[in-house]
Amino acid sequence: MKLKFDVIVIGGGHAGCEAAAVSARAGADTLLLTQKLETIGEMSCNPAIGGLGKGHLVREIDAMDGIMGRLGDVSGIQFRLLNRSRGAAVQGPRSQIDRRLYREAMQAELARTPNLSLRAGTAERLILDGNRVVGVVTGGGEEIRAAAVVLTTGTFLNGVIHRGDERIPAGRDGEAPSTGLAADLYGAGLQMGRLKTGTPARLDGRSIAWDRLEMQAADETPVPFSFLTDRITVPQIACGITHTTEETHRIIADNLGESAVYGGHLTGRGPRYCPSIEDKVVRFADKTSHQVFLEPEGLDDPTVYPNGISTSVSPATQSAFLRTMPGLEDVAVFRFGYAIEYDYVDPRELTPALEVKRRPGLYLAGQINGTTGYEEAGAQGLIAGLNAARAAAGSDPIVLGRDQAYIGVMIDDLVTRGVTEPYRMFTSRAEYRLTLRADNADQRLSPVGLNAGVVGPERARQFAVKAAQLAEAASLVRETRFTPQQAQALGLSVNADGQRRSMRDLLAYPGVDLTAFESAYPAITGWSPAVREQVEIDAGYASYLDRQAADAVALRREEDLQVPSDLDYAAIGGLSHEIREKLTLVRPLTLGQAGRIEGMTPGALTALLSHVKKARVAA
Amino acid sequence: MITDTIFALATPPGRGAIAILRLSGPGVDTALSALGAGGLRARMASLRSLSHDGEILDQALVLRFPGPASYTGEDCAELHLHGGRAVVEAVAEALTALGLRPAEPGEFTRRAFEHGRMDLAQAEAVADLIDAETASQRSQALGQLDGALSRTYARFRADLLKALALVEAEIDFPDEDVPDNLARMAGPVLDGLIADLRQALADAARGERVRSGYRIVLIGETNAGKSSLFNALAAREAAIVTPVAGTTRDVLDAELIIGGYAVTLSDTAGLRLSEDVVEVEGVRRARARAEAAELRLWVRAPGDAPGEAATLIQPGDLTVLTKADLGPVAEEGAGTVVVSTVTGAGLADLHARIASRLMADLAGTDFPVVTRERHRRRLVEALAAVEAGRAALEHGPEIAGDDLRRAATALGRVTGAIGVEDILGEVFSTFCIGK
Repeated sequence: MKLKFDVIVIGGGHAGCEAAAVSARAGADTLLLTQKLETIGEMSCNPAIGGLGKGHLVREIDAMDGIMGRLGDVSGIQFRLLNRSRGAAVQGPRSQIDRRLYREAMQAELARTPNLSLRAGTAERLILDGNRVVGVVTGGGEEIRAAAVVLTTGTFLNGVIHRGDERIPAGRDGEAPSTGLAADLYGAGLQMGRLKTGTPARLDGRSIAWDRLEMQAADETPVPFSFLTDRITVPQIACGITHTTEETHRIIADNLGESAVYGGHLTGRGPRYCPSIEDKVVRFADKTSHQVFLEPEGLDDPTVYPNGISTSVSPATQSAFLRTMPGLEDVAVFRFGYAIEYDYVDPRELTPALEVKRRPGLYLAGQINGTTGYEEAGAQGLIAGLNAARAAAGSDPIVLGRDQAYIGVMIDDLVTRGVTEPYRMFTSRAEYRLTLRADNADQRLSPVGLNAGVVGPERARQFAVKAAQLAEAASLVRETRFTPQQAQALGLSVNADGQRRSMRDLLAYPGVDLTAFESAYPAITGWSPAVREQVEIDAGYASYLDRQAADAVALRREEDLQVPSDLDYAAIGGLSHEIREKLTLVRPLTLGQAGRIEGMTPGALTALLSHVKKARVAA
Repeated sequence: MITDTIFALATPPGRGAIAILRLSGPGVDTALSALGAGGLRARMASLRSLSHDGEILDQALVLRFPGPASYTGEDCAELHLHGGRAVVEAVAEALTALGLRPAEPGEFTRRAFEHGRMDLAQAEAVADLIDAETASQRSQALGQLDGALSRTYARFRADLLKALALVEAEIDFPDEDVPDNLARMAGPVLDGLIADLRQALADAARGERVRSGYRIVLIGETNAGKSSLFNALAAREAAIVTPVAGTTRDVLDAELIIGGYAVTLSDTAGLRLSEDVVEVEGVRRARARAEAAELRLWVRAPGDAPGEAATLIQPGDLTVLTKADLGPVAEEGAGTVVVSTVTGAGLADLHARIASRLMADLAGTDFPVVTRERHRRRLVEALAAVEAGRAALEHGPEIAGDDLRRAATALGRVTGAIGVEDILGEVFSTFCIGK
């Protein structure tokens, strides 16, 4: 058995799969080590991918030739483009996923990925050379060496499941937590925190009275996740919508003491955006009903995920309250809901490359960093796996900017500000929201992926064609100018003010699209629908995009001022104790990042700037 | 890269003999010419009559330091003005009208770094000062403007946060159980905010005088001798002084110069429980004033119990033991001064202590008019962005969101930063998100 690799990825969840795949694409000899090969690519919570912010992340992963988007396209059973009626910047592709199709597609994808080996087994501990991580010891006692190790082990650190009176030490339901590896991480002296999350019961769809429920259909024309997918061929299904009743709320209120939080059994912070049904009943006591989506977990799987009622009360109480909801009067339960709390590594312990500062060679991605969601995990896996492979090859890490990608926003938030609840992406986190759109993720990131050598030939070819068309389109719409008479001749109503307007200006007028110019400029008819769409979107947001571009220049100015990673903050005068501690933990790599640390003051930044300048002079 | 020209007061605010305004940036020479001080030789002091719009502002000593051999490395100048507040205000307003803007805290230093004009030790030394400036500007913002205005600012912030939460909730949670057309609900909130911002700017434009930033408040039990001390310090009969307990029912102010600094001295009602409606109101105002002030003088007569006043005292405040003429008083520590307003004993000592405290607190702070101008600019910026956001609600919440975020940045400079966590907090406490 082979005992030496460039990169070892531990964990076969969404972060691990994406990390292993990108590392292998980058040319690193990669091992994916996971407890059970048959659970690789498992969706352990809600089987859905995408949404606002999250859909953006999937598109960005895809633009770097990652796998989540393509696999979602062959397993999605209810595609819906959220905010379809609103502007392109805030449209998010989402789909319900067939769990089995996704898992099978993932396992097949990884099995045929060159440079990637899959092995079943546990990682018992890390092999250290000084502080540097140089491999792992498996449960079977083998020492496997590697230049870099990516750890994507989810909620395994001190994970405890709460359900009524039960307290089960666990990772996911039914999987044993790894303790040796945990001891290694605690032994590294990293700052840790504790979080909680929850999941609802899984229902037997055959016991649900679907005919009495309101149904939500998929979009008529599904919009795929991947830039490589032309068309979705998986049959599309509808989801049911039911709601809690006053009786539901009464039962929960009467049994609040059974719940993990209200019974005082756990201390971790839960997400504000994903409250348990207990939380909803307590915090929004004036609401007499909450919506519940009944989402089938697969085309030929009777399991139904009731979205909106995660809970940790006892199975008896769960059965009772479920049956108070329309359509669920006779419902049968496959598995009851629970709350899980777990330790996470304070992500401020990481560099923007997702490497542990105190353990060079060790990269972390996914829930272990305090995030939640497949998309957030996959995006971190992409960056951690890419940078692990680059480190193994002796290349500099790749870090995406806040003005470049949602992935950049997320990782900067994590490593600079840390988390206080499981971190989830929202579009409101992105200052450059109008620029960072799902439709242009390939324009933003495929070149990065191409430079890094992680984009395959098929995407490279397709991207080159699109980029050439976009370049042609950009010069045409910017440089072609019309007098009011010329515009009116094309059937456009503009003021006869003598102003010459570019095609880009005119495309920003309500109701004007490229068809107005086709007869005069036949080249337009040769552009692909995606290119036409993007030209029109860019024109619609033109003045805002120009403004954001100017802001981005200012941001870059601060980001270009690099701070030495080994700066001795104790030696800098004029810093308060609190600021000094935060700087020492975060170790910002740029002055811009330092400015985003919570509680940073102009004075402290000035002192830091002086050291940056000094380091530059010395260099 | 740096295109704008900034100015700041380089001397402490107050009625000192001279006040120095420092200018830096590419527009310095143009501004000097416009003020009637053009064509100066480098690094030579010249006496010039500064004027703007045909109005003489001051006879000033003007120094011009062409870049790069200047403090910041840019073209710089110093205007040494006669130190009165009116003069400095007039010149600052003229500079603003000429397109210059008040410097942000640390901006001169930052520019000096950018041009390699400052070494490490100097940088570290100014870091503290910059934070002190920032903090004092914030407290000036809320302190020098009266309570009503600081409440207004808090309302601006709350309204903007509410509108942002509605817009962001509509964008990020379309699939959730939230009302339709949330962004449209932001319309009336923004209309109110626009009206309020316009009103505030109109008030500022009318030239309402901003009071001096520094406030000293007398507090103590009834009949402790506060009003006598107030009159002694104010050296005029500003308050009715009688031996009947509870005479000063409202707050009386006097504008004084102590140690060269302009301060507002306030006399307050005695802190005691009362049934009298007017007096209860007086006590409430006394407490509010005391909490907002930079320095409190706790006035105690011999035998006064600590009482209410003790709860208002902050570190660094002074205790004044009065009525020393009525018998010997035991001095209780470093922060204590013993005085008699009848004999005048101890008053000079008290005066000196207040002056040294002012010196310690006000070194490095900015002039009120400059602070006010900075705020006015932020409010103008915020208003423009809010108006754009209001109009953009028709075109899409994401466009409105971009404008409102700019408004939040501008307003946040006055009221405290409005970050994405504040917005999300507002969203999650207003709506039950989590399907």
